[in-house]
Amino acid sequence: MRDEIAADLSTLPLHGSGTASVTWWGTLAFILIEGTGFAVGIGAYFYLATVAPAWPMAAPPPDLLPGLIFTGLLLVSVVPNMMVARWAEARDLRKVRAGMVVMTLLGIAPLVARVFEFRAMNVWWDTNAYGSIVWMLLGLHTTHVLTDLADTVVLAALMFTRHGDDLRRYGDVQDNALYWNFVVVTWLPVYVCLYGVPRL
Amino acid sequence: MTQDHDAGTRDHQVDRTMLEARLAKTWRTDPGLWGALATVDHKIIGRRYIVTAFVFLALGGVLAMLMRLQLAGPEARIIGPDRYNQIFTMHGTTMMFLFAVPVMEAVAVYLVPLMIGTRNIAFPRLNAFSYWMFLFGGLLLWVAFALDMGPDVGWFAYVPLSGPQFSAGKRADIWAQMITFTEVAALAVAVEIVVTVFKQRAPGMSLDRVPLFVWAMLVTSFLVIIAMPAVMVASTMLILDRLVGTHFFNPAEGGDVLLWQHLFWFFGHPEVYIIFLPAVGMVSTMVATFARRPVFGYLALVMAMVATGILAFGLWVHHMFVTGLPRLGESFFTASSMAIAVPAGIQIFCWIATLWSGTPRFATPLLWVVAFIVTFVIGGLTGVMVASVPFDTQVHDTYFVVAHFHYVLIGGAVFPLLGAVTYWFPKFTGRMMSERLGTWSFWLIVVGFNLTFFPMHILGFQGMPRRIYTYQPDLPWHGLNLFVSLCAVMLVAGFVLFAVNVVRSLRCGVPAGDNPWDAPTLEWATSSPPPPYNFAHIPVVGGSNPLWESPEKLPVASGLCLDRRELIVSSVVEAQPEARESSPQNSVWPFFAAIATSVMLIGSIFTPWAVVWGAVPVFVTLVGWFWPKGTPEDAA
Repeated sequence: MRDEIAADLSTLPLHGSGTASVTWWGTLAFILIEGTGFAVGIGAYFYLATVAPAWPMAAPPPDLLPGLIFTGLLLVSVVPNMMVARWAEARDLRKVRAGMVVMTLLGIAPLVARVFEFRAMNVWWDTNAYGSIVWMLLGLHTTHVLTDLADTVVLAALMFTRHGDDLRRYGDVQDNALYWNFVVVTWLPVYVCLYGVPRL
Repeated sequence: MTQDHDAGTRDHQVDRTMLEARLAKTWRTDPGLWGALATVDHKIIGRRYIVTAFVFLALGGVLAMLMRLQLAGPEARIIGPDRYNQIFTMHGTTMMFLFAVPVMEAVAVYLVPLMIGTRNIAFPRLNAFSYWMFLFGGLLLWVAFALDMGPDVGWFAYVPLSGPQFSAGKRADIWAQMITFTEVAALAVAVEIVVTVFKQRAPGMSLDRVPLFVWAMLVTSFLVIIAMPAVMVASTMLILDRLVGTHFFNPAEGGDVLLWQHLFWFFGHPEVYIIFLPAVGMVSTMVATFARRPVFGYLALVMAMVATGILAFGLWVHHMFVTGLPRLGESFFTASSMAIAVPAGIQIFCWIATLWSGTPRFATPLLWVVAFIVTFVIGGLTGVMVASVPFDTQVHDTYFVVAHFHYVLIGGAVFPLLGAVTYWFPKFTGRMMSERLGTWSFWLIVVGFNLTFFPMHILGFQGMPRRIYTYQPDLPWHGLNLFVSLCAVMLVAGFVLFAVNVVRSLRCGVPAGDNPWDAPTLEWATSSPPPPYNFAHIPVVGGSNPLWESPEKLPVASGLCLDRRELIVSSVVEAQPEARESSPQNSVWPFFAAIATSVMLIGSIFTPWAVVWGAVPVFVTLVGWFWPKGTPEDAA
């Protein structure tokens, strides 16, 4: 079989941004996987709540304060997060650097509140099935905060090297921001489960 | 950087010989061990994946034969009950998690990029990582088995049997952590395939021109993405119950054993379609080639696959009919279990119509297709039978169910797979498989299979339960059991002959050329085996059967760089070219990351702290993986 040139693609860009970026689609696919994981976890929470004679089991409802602080910090972080994504799209290296440092701090701060949140559940993981699922949901979400924090730290460091000012890096920053939004959004139903449902 | 690469040599600036030499250099895999560990070529990884999965098939087959040896006569003393428990668990686990799902994804890893006309799979390093995770997960299971630590709780590891109270030691943990390994591997490949199919199709290959095998793998990948998290959550809960004293499945502290079954089967039923849908894609591809006409009802076949994928999530409770769930719920799941026969029927009729209206050429791959259709229809019929609650209550946990799912899985997936191996063998290796040996192994396997598994339906009706290590002489089962065991030898002989054919053909098969079957899809437009870069120029697609529509010349695109790994990213629906994207260079970091992850996962069977200290090397290796190295591929 003989090749016959039918199209000239030499003018195409050397890297696809936005929906032309494979990593953007990859991030979405991982979000779908982990979103399903959260949905399954929440499903298990309601399943156990349904079969239990009382919910929460043998424990007072969680204290509200640490969870409120955590949620507040997460919601606040969305604003700089969106701004970093926008700066990355505009390829503004100086602002992206500053924004990534801010996002690193806004990744660490909620973790401090999270430590107190585990205690505020008023139940241990090995007390009963209620304690197990509560700790598991918190743990699952904490893993996501930690993962994105690690990603943010590495990316922030990268932005200060010679590799920073690169279309591909700006795309990574945008994908990282997308993932952080996901971490925030998935927290909301988990928050309602952990703090709202035991008060019903 | 951008300027440099815009100034680099383009494919239309050199002659053909130079073009191929330059591309081969850019896309090469270095020789030696280091090169083998670092390669990200989807063909090399796909080949490894396929071979490894078939090794696990052989190991699982040996276990099956050991069980048949034990069951050949009553009161046999060859294998004790404890070993027998390990053997049937290892057989099921190996076949489902280490053979069936991986082998289908492996074939896709090899073929999908070729069929859609691109040069490598999306996220090729993740692909390498996936293979190593799969390999290490399989080794974990089998090394544990060799150390008498093999799981002994059945392939679906029901609690409370697999819980801390009834399964002391680490056997159940090995099973649960093997789940993590294989699911990580499977999910990684699923993500790669979704993104490859969405974004890397050759210009012009709009969604209605995508080959059916690729459609099948796209639907399968979405099934993997939505189904597998459930079993990962479940197995994590099981490990936590066993290691740190959580109570997810402990009724004494508010847990619930049926939660396990719900989570497991929410994954476990779609799993059947994760294995079956790729086979549907293989059959649709082979039917068209050997009927020498485009497949009948392309749209109907695609819609049937999508419908199967959706319905697959509404069936899981039919595995739990005897657990005492509410009647209304059971009725719903009976209805959906029967409804899934509709898309299956549509597929069967489309294939028959294709053969009917074509000029079929009965080469070995088509023989496998015919055997598949017949066997799968039988398995489907018993499937509709067990979808009915009263019937299921009678045959639950008997050999009838064993017969049913072997008909569906071997008939529905392994037969098409063997056909697919025969069909694509020339592409993989450059040589044809022997038709004579192929026909012999075909008849031995098909006849051997039916003689082995059909009597199991009857044994089930006679009340023989699954998973018993022996039975008393006064029960009416020994005649059929002996018959089954003898016929299983015939089945094995067929598989051995198939393997002999593969090895012989590899050495001295007839050279195949690019397109020995006169097939219409793009993988046949390049040489056999394909060069590291797959296509010297990326094809431009103008129809559903490009090689039939333009048999003499292949329309292609030009203008790509030669000194960085470059491929085309295109739009999701129309496949309009959007960018000349780079594809990552070889890297040994995915291998190191897989080792670090394995250490963490295996450590966490013994202490929860392994997750903490084990995360450090994982982090380090991931940074090594993603940190830019200043190669042309890193630039944009």
